[in-house]
Amino acid sequence: GQPILYSYFRSSCSWRVRIALALKGIDYETVPINLIKDGGQQFSKDFQALNPMKQVPALKIDGITIHQSLAIIEYLEETRPTPRLLPQDPKKRASVRMISDLIAGGIQPLQNLSVLKQVEEELQLTWAQNAIISGFNALEQILQSTAGTYCVGDEVSCPQVFLYYRFKVDCTPYPTISSINKRLLVLEAFQVTHPCRQPDTPTELRA
Amino acid sequence: MKQVPALKIDGITIHQSLAIIEYLEETRPTPRLLPQDPKKRASVRMISDLIAGGIQPLQNLSVLKQVEEELQLTWAQNAIISGFNALEQILQSTAGTYCVGDEVTMADLCLVPQVANAERFKVDCTPYPTISSINKRLLVLEAFQVTHPCRQPDTPTELRA
Repeated sequence: GQPILYSYFRSSCSWRVRIALALKGIDYETVPINLIKDGGQQFSKDFQALNPMKQVPALKIDGITIHQSLAIIEYLEETRPTPRLLPQDPKKRASVRMISDLIAGGIQPLQNLSVLKQVEEELQLTWAQNAIISGFNALEQILQSTAGTYCVGDEVSCPQVFLYYRFKVDCTPYPTISSINKRLLVLEAFQVTHPCRQPDTPTELRA
Repeated sequence: MKQVPALKIDGITIHQSLAIIEYLEETRPTPRLLPQDPKKRASVRMISDLIAGGIQPLQNLSVLKQVEEELQLTWAQNAIISGFNALEQILQSTAGTYCVGDEVTMADLCLVPQVANAERFKVDCTPYPTISSINKRLLVLEAFQVTHPCRQPDTPTELRA
């Protein structure tokens, strides 16, 4: 059967996987998991059995269920190798993984919903901003040596999603991040998978 | 990112531990740190990412410093307990002798340091028998012994093995 993606429209981790599926031309079914409704549908018994970390995304494909967005993307790359999401050269692959891990491990986990909920409400915005600013300061520097048209060279690799606008982070100090992001956002795979165009996008946020 | 580790190798510098390990795997492929089968590789990466992205960043030094001092221990413990609850469940279907099957993989490299952190933060590991027994088996292997924090060039005297 078709792959099934458990996704939340606004989740940046889900968006990464949606982009990878779109870039590779893989059709899939979306099962929306609302992280806020009903106390958070990710905490349901059914979803917990699917992903014990109680997070989106999770992908059912080829008879298995994978979670952790980068593990999903690497599996797609290994089983559906074209078009490539990772360059062939090991040193460039290292750059791609380094940048992906910086974002997926170094920024996003620190500003996701379950962590923010543990911070006092009036401090949450600053907390999220700090996580993003620290990471972007580093990323902007790294991109000086890796970037071409996109993050690593001139081919789109391991999709990067920048959610700075949600947390009102001033991106003037990050011209490279901003211009790469702008170039990526016009590509079809980034457009059709955008949070504003998902099956579970609330009406008021729809494109 | 002002974090360790960073590795200077083959004329480049790589950081992010899993990016380093994947580079080593691709350029020095034996002995393997990732299985050949893509589905097993997905399991290895899933477990590695769970630990390296889902637990460790939430209890590292720079994050803890942003939490009020009297709340830091609980914060770290919560991060580890949430992650270990999930990991113990996942290992039910992936584990053999080690995290994924019977060969040491990248997932095991992530497990041992995280269990050491759990001990540092006084997390009770009784609810995690699979994690605990895999950890025990890994700790007797030479690679995990010679690299242990208690045997490093910069280990303080009072903590040396």
